[in-house]
Amino acid sequence: MLFKPSFVKLLVVAAGISLVSAPSFGQAARNYISIVGSSTVYPFATVVAEQFGRTSDFRTPKIESTGSGGGLKLFCSGVGVDHPDIANSSRRIKSSEVEKCNSNGVTEIVEVKIGYDGIVLANSSDAKVLSVSLKDIFLALAKDVPDPSGAEKLVPNPYQKWSDINPVLPATVIEVLGPPPTSGTRDAFVELAMEGGCKQFAWIKAIKAKDKSRFKAICHGVREDGRYVEAGENDNLIVQKLRANTDALGIFGFSFLDQNADVVQGSRIGGSAPTFEAIASGEYAVSRPLYFYVKKAHVDAIPGVRDYLAEFTSERAMGEEGYLSDRGLIPLPADEYEAVVSSVRDLQNLSLAAN
Amino acid sequence: MSDQPDMNEFSARSPDTLERVRVGLAARYRRERRFRMYGLMSTCLGLLFVLFLFVSIISNGYTAFWQTQVRLEIDFDAQLIDPDGTGDAKIIGSANFDKLVRTAVGQLFPEVTDRRGRRSLNRLMSAGAGFELREMTLADPALIGTRQTLWLPADDEVDMLIKGYIDRDVPEGSRRIKDQQILWVDALIADERIERQFNTDFFRLGDSREPELAGIGGAIKGSFFMLVVTIALSFPLGVAAAVYLEEFAPKNRWVDVLEVNINNLAAVPSIVFGLLGLAVFINFFGLPRSAPLVGGLVLTLMTLPTIIIASRAAIKSVPPSVRQAALGVGASQMQTVFHHVIPLAMPGMLTGAIIGMARALGESAPLLMIGMIAFIVEVPGTPLEPSTALPVQIYLWADSPERAFVERTSAAIMVLLAFLLVMNGAAIWMRKRFERRW
Repeated sequence: MLFKPSFVKLLVVAAGISLVSAPSFGQAARNYISIVGSSTVYPFATVVAEQFGRTSDFRTPKIESTGSGGGLKLFCSGVGVDHPDIANSSRRIKSSEVEKCNSNGVTEIVEVKIGYDGIVLANSSDAKVLSVSLKDIFLALAKDVPDPSGAEKLVPNPYQKWSDINPVLPATVIEVLGPPPTSGTRDAFVELAMEGGCKQFAWIKAIKAKDKSRFKAICHGVREDGRYVEAGENDNLIVQKLRANTDALGIFGFSFLDQNADVVQGSRIGGSAPTFEAIASGEYAVSRPLYFYVKKAHVDAIPGVRDYLAEFTSERAMGEEGYLSDRGLIPLPADEYEAVVSSVRDLQNLSLAAN
Repeated sequence: MSDQPDMNEFSARSPDTLERVRVGLAARYRRERRFRMYGLMSTCLGLLFVLFLFVSIISNGYTAFWQTQVRLEIDFDAQLIDPDGTGDAKIIGSANFDKLVRTAVGQLFPEVTDRRGRRSLNRLMSAGAGFELREMTLADPALIGTRQTLWLPADDEVDMLIKGYIDRDVPEGSRRIKDQQILWVDALIADERIERQFNTDFFRLGDSREPELAGIGGAIKGSFFMLVVTIALSFPLGVAAAVYLEEFAPKNRWVDVLEVNINNLAAVPSIVFGLLGLAVFINFFGLPRSAPLVGGLVLTLMTLPTIIIASRAAIKSVPPSVRQAALGVGASQMQTVFHHVIPLAMPGMLTGAIIGMARALGESAPLLMIGMIAFIVEVPGTPLEPSTALPVQIYLWADSPERAFVERTSAAIMVLLAFLLVMNGAAIWMRKRFERRW
């Protein structure tokens, strides 16, 4: 006999007890900071959290990578130890989300802008550097493009090679590897690069005033005929695929270009290369601000929130030569930085009207 | 009795039948050989893929088990660590141990004096070197005031260079480690101050954004807690359910519906159990997010159907004669089940449980919903503290920009595969050892 009957009985009883008593384990207090949100901010927030955990008496904050939308939803679900203290976001909080927060009792939110993230279009270092305009990007990747004959109507994207769009571009087949629609990087790329190029057609721009959703559909629609390849959320994978296929281009965050500068190179967009300086100065067009949001009600309730804020906004983290810039975060210009530091010090409430 | 007379009689009656068989025989043999070839080919193809997987993971990952260390003479300067000689852990803990490392590195290259040069010289050492010294000093305050020769971890860029992942021939602007730093590293190598040592930290530490400090210790512990919760709940529950359904339940429509549902549950995508766990355990019962306890509960739900099905099959395979004999000598139904049926079915049930556990160990999707896809540095001490699990750690590292995480991702996969191999091996061994054929 392998097991005595009494042992089996004991197991059954133990299981029963643990199932019944499970609810009583509830979370009485939490002695660590709970952070949720964007996978783009994740690599920066984790560096700060680790530094904070190792150099202070507080525990290392827990950071979940849920995506901006999912994170803000959790953040806005209420006040109390069951809900996260901070939400990272690769876009500004929406007014609808603020309303949701308010209706759940989260009325006081502090916004912290931490810096900028550049989105790059890159290819293998073995190929030539590509130099494109925003308009070229729109024409290469949009689902429907203005009729090449010049008529003011849309036709399904006919362009197969870069040289079809603009004769100065190489005669290679358009093949762009990028993130899927669920990704914040994709949202930002579409909004900044494609819409930027789209707006250069005066008649499409005119649509914006009349019919905003139609304008969005035109400018944000990415082609689905295989020229744009959804390569998954993993940016490392895109970098590897670019090494294997020198004709392909990839879309990913600046920090991946920064870490892999020996195998991939960033394309010039609108004449400007995606360098640290060009993104910081705003010369490189495809960059977006990154944020995190703090629940004011938690600042003194959860140990360490105030100190975490101080660490994140310190000169050695977020500053121009701080450790976050080593990780590829583009720091804020000096005046914006000062404003952020003072607003965090006073825990100023978020007001969406400000920007 | 032999077939021969029949055969003769048969061929005598219809002489062309045998002829037709003989004509077709070669074709039949050929078909048979072809069929075997197909089978062999698909097996080989499968093996080839497995081989490819193993070769690519192992060749990417084996280097992560070694970590580049630098030999330094560290001066545990009492002035710096504990100027008043208090011996207070708080004062010692807040001392600037990075400075001890920086001083030691600076002594090796006294010619570097400018700020920029010193900065890039300091980057040769891992941020973890200071933490290590802090831990050592806290554990043994007698070190203060002494001078020790220690092996301390190098920065991940140096580690990548030593391991050959960085090509020295690419232009300086395109790599993160600079020419001057390479010269220093070469000088350290010439001085025999650089060595690759077995990476114990990898198995001991939790997650980190510094690749050289990132370990799977936290993830292994998280996975362990989850599996303990899962086995403790799902095995007894699953066996109890299987015994009831096989031995006691009346045969009616309701039990049939139940049976269909259990089989159906075994095929439900695991993410659904994650959603259920979020709604029930976290939102309703208020259990903490990211806790291995909740992970274990969710995985219990996921593995229960598997265990019930395997246990029922094991119970079914116990011959009715055993039950009849027990009942015949006067055992009650419960005595029959506990004294005879369960012990005989136990190997089959355990095998099912182990295979269910192996599946639970490799699962990451349901953990997404309950907040276990998270950055957690501290190794959890209890099942209620936030934690990750092995597959989650692999997922998080695979998405990290730093080059050194590539090898760590593969190394973590190797560890996970090793655990799975051991578990499945145990299941096979148990089956071979205890299984009884009737």
